[in-house]
Amino acid sequence: MAMRNIALMIVSGSLLLAQAPVKVGFVYVSPIGDAGYTYQHDLGRKAMEAALKGKVTTQVVENVEEGADAERVIRSLATDGCKMIFTTSFGYMNPTAKVAATFPNVDFFHATGYKSSKNMATYNGRFYEGRYLNGIIAGKMTKTHIAGFVGAFPIPEVMMAIDAFTQGMRSVDPKAEVHVVWVNSWFDPGKEREATNSLISQGADMITQHTDSTVVVSTVEEQHKAGKGVYCFSYNSDMSKYAPTSQLSGDITDWSGYYTRTVQNVLAGKGIGPNVWDGLKEGMIKIAPFNAAVPKPVRTYVDKVMAEMKAGKVNAFQGPVVAQDGTVKVPAGKVMSDNDLGSLNYYVQGVVGNVPKG
Amino acid sequence: MWLKFEQRTEPSPLMSYLSPAIAVGLMLVSGMALFYVLGRNPFAGFKIFFLNPVKDWYGVSELLLKATPLMLCAVGLSVGFRANVWNIGAEGQFLMGALAAGGVALHFPDSTSPFLLPGMVLAGALGGMAWAAIPAWLRTRFNANEILTSLMLVYVAQLMVSWLVHGPWKDPEGFNFPQTQMFQPHALLPLLKEGNRVNAALFIAIAALIIGWVFMNRSFLGYQMKVAGQAENAGRYAGFSSRRTIWLGMLAGGALAGIAGMSEVAGPIGQITEHISPGYGFAAMIVAFVGRLNPIGIFFASLLLALLYVGGEQVQQYMQLPSAISNVFQGMLLFFLLASDVFINFRLRRMARRQ
Amino acid sequence: MGLDLLTYILFATVMAGTPLIIAGLGELVTEKAGVLNLGCEGMMSMGAVAAFAVAYGTHNYFLAILAGLVAGLVMSLLFAVAALTLMANQVACGLALSIFGVGLAAFIGKPLESMSLTAGTPVAIPLLCRIPVLGPALFQQQSLVYFSWVLLAAVAWFLYRSKPGLVLRAVGEAPVSAHAIGYRVVRIRYLAVLFGGAMAGVAGAFMVVFYTPLWVEGMIAGRGWISIALVVFSTWRPLRVLLGAYLFGGCMVAQMFVQASGIHLNVPAQFLSALPYLATVLVLVLISHNRSNIRLNSPASLGQPFLPDV
Repeated sequence: MAMRNIALMIVSGSLLLAQAPVKVGFVYVSPIGDAGYTYQHDLGRKAMEAALKGKVTTQVVENVEEGADAERVIRSLATDGCKMIFTTSFGYMNPTAKVAATFPNVDFFHATGYKSSKNMATYNGRFYEGRYLNGIIAGKMTKTHIAGFVGAFPIPEVMMAIDAFTQGMRSVDPKAEVHVVWVNSWFDPGKEREATNSLISQGADMITQHTDSTVVVSTVEEQHKAGKGVYCFSYNSDMSKYAPTSQLSGDITDWSGYYTRTVQNVLAGKGIGPNVWDGLKEGMIKIAPFNAAVPKPVRTYVDKVMAEMKAGKVNAFQGPVVAQDGTVKVPAGKVMSDNDLGSLNYYVQGVVGNVPKG
Repeated sequence: MWLKFEQRTEPSPLMSYLSPAIAVGLMLVSGMALFYVLGRNPFAGFKIFFLNPVKDWYGVSELLLKATPLMLCAVGLSVGFRANVWNIGAEGQFLMGALAAGGVALHFPDSTSPFLLPGMVLAGALGGMAWAAIPAWLRTRFNANEILTSLMLVYVAQLMVSWLVHGPWKDPEGFNFPQTQMFQPHALLPLLKEGNRVNAALFIAIAALIIGWVFMNRSFLGYQMKVAGQAENAGRYAGFSSRRTIWLGMLAGGALAGIAGMSEVAGPIGQITEHISPGYGFAAMIVAFVGRLNPIGIFFASLLLALLYVGGEQVQQYMQLPSAISNVFQGMLLFFLLASDVFINFRLRRMARRQ
Repeated sequence: MGLDLLTYILFATVMAGTPLIIAGLGELVTEKAGVLNLGCEGMMSMGAVAAFAVAYGTHNYFLAILAGLVAGLVMSLLFAVAALTLMANQVACGLALSIFGVGLAAFIGKPLESMSLTAGTPVAIPLLCRIPVLGPALFQQQSLVYFSWVLLAAVAWFLYRSKPGLVLRAVGEAPVSAHAIGYRVVRIRYLAVLFGGAMAGVAGAFMVVFYTPLWVEGMIAGRGWISIALVVFSTWRPLRVLLGAYLFGGCMVAQMFVQASGIHLNVPAQFLSALPYLATVLVLVLISHNRSNIRLNSPASLGQPFLPDV
């Protein structure tokens, strides 16, 4: 009798131990808000938590400034018992690496960076694939053949976005031009608004952004309502709530699949896995639902191209890719390598202006 | 019957010491009330904000790390404030010091010379001094208000940092991100203990506090500056040069702020980016006031303000309150201090209603 | 196309300059009374968050502006009590206010960060808005833009053509003499500070209700400090506040338009952004250099506490 009770206790005790939820930490660079880069990460986190109900709990710290303080926050999550920590901004790269070195039993995952180690892996999205598709819509629907792009910093991620959008647009409208304005910040509503207006004043009727606020699309909506034929494409999140009549589509990031899969793998003892750079095929990148204004033939065409991209038949950076100065960067029949993409620092033909060098 | 302020015949020494304590007490009480209003347990809030940060050695080292630039800036500023020289541009001098020191580090990426770090400290001091010299010169030569000129130069300094990290000093291997290369190991301040981030700058800060104390309380020049601040005419009649006071006040602030800037970029950050100061130059002014413009007080006040920063982070992490709560506490502290300081020089008196 | 672009630029400049005018004129009145209130950034932030909250809740933009006004006023009251009644150092009080105000606004605004407002509708002034180029730029603006012009006229009239304004200026120039004559120096300064706070609040309200209809921590982005600089840059004269504000605003928007047009300037963007501050320092030097000149311009007792009954 006593033996049976002891056995029961041991079994239930070990079951309880096995079931103690694992803590997963998330570090965000901006407030979550209800649209934008961090919001999408948070959606992914919530999806992961729901999918792995009971097995994990998450701890979130938002609005952590990139800099000396980030290290303290990341470390604090590790000492607090998090077994996995996701740091979601490039500027956390060095702090994450430092903390990872001191906590070999914790797994670290850094987004949009390039440093990795035994217990630190990187993850990133092929945002440019969605841009290519948005560019096609823009090319099919533009009346002025001018598009406007509000960019943050001339880093490869943004350059890929601009170039892919241009490639897509010119694949259906060879006359198209893309004008770029740099606001030198991921989030600056005042500057983003001025940038948008200045692009519209140049005749751009297709506007998109690689910044984080909803001001770009809401400014386009304002102008659209005032009678100007301008349209926009959102980034990261579907911002049609802020631009119901003027947002034609957008470039959406869905981190939920990645987060669920990654956490599951670590829980199952499969390790941190390789560095990840997923896109349309893996479901990390999507495009926002078409606006009613997008005609059916355009929709069909875009769906077709998307299917071809998922199947690997079409690539946003398939040759010929010609730089602004005329040099052929990728000959016909070839596709740009991931390495070259990761260090992209030039405009393709069709983009107007110079890359800021300071 | 109403209350009126009446000037005391002599400043009250009791209130001098009591005032910061009262201010801190009021801040704590208001803070707990704030937690309560926000639906959080005030005692849990107090514990997480004020006790958590120092619950282990790592926490204490982080506190010292955060307090170091505040100490440096504040002691420099107080030399000037005592003499009525209002250097509001410490933030800009901090940045220029960081740029100067960083420039030296980037210029000698392979040097193993033991003079590199001292050279960077010197460069930091010179950079900050040069930036502070501008308002000093404009004040002595053109009578331009140093509050406004030094403040404007903060913006110019921020823009200069932005220009350098976006342009000429951008790391060529950094994928076009606005930041410089990481400094080489010989250009980084040595850590006091492996695993903690507090570094040799702490010693520099303490040395600055000691030198500051000696200067203010034991040197003739310091005495002159004190008189110039408290009784300008008396100082002038005694022949103390107001020009020298202004220069010294500004340059002291600039030099130390510059060294503080160096300590951040050659310390926990290890490079120059657009985020090298979370407002240290402005927080240091609060430290200077709370510390009564006195190096001993400044030591404790900088620890307190560092605690407010780190506590704010903790509260954000564990109670989901915005990190801006640090600023709320800082502002409250200063207001309460300014209010209770009144009682050093004035007392409340009941007056009979005038007939 | 060229004229169209000019219209755009003028329009953007006016929009960008408007909060600076409103906050600047408020600070001008405060400083004319001899009080240096460095807390503009904090007052604008609180005005902005209050206005946003009310606008979001009631969809009544007039109420929202009013809320901003009250919020700015309340914040300035904190400053007034500390600096005027308790006679604490004005610089320290102003600094405390800006730090506290920005932090408190971020705090209060947290739950509002995910919301957005529909942009306000511009009010077109008939006839005038048909003037080529200038018409759409100047006369098809939001109502607060017109308010800023009316405010300018009102402040100028008050300061230079009315008895109370004269008294206020006297208080700023020679508080001891004014006190001896019998004017309530502290009370007049209170009113001046409160007016400054109210205007800063309205300016903040403009930012979030009309300029970029959302709220986020750090929205004001230094415009409060720019307004303080603006007052100096304008040598404490109301009309120059307007001109300076458009100049500063123009600098802020110009670089966007240059970029969008594809013109490559060899001047770094940061240099353009630094121009307003450098210009302010230059102006300050120019007016301070001549000691009699400065007496004509800046209030003599600026920043110094006034001790009644001494």
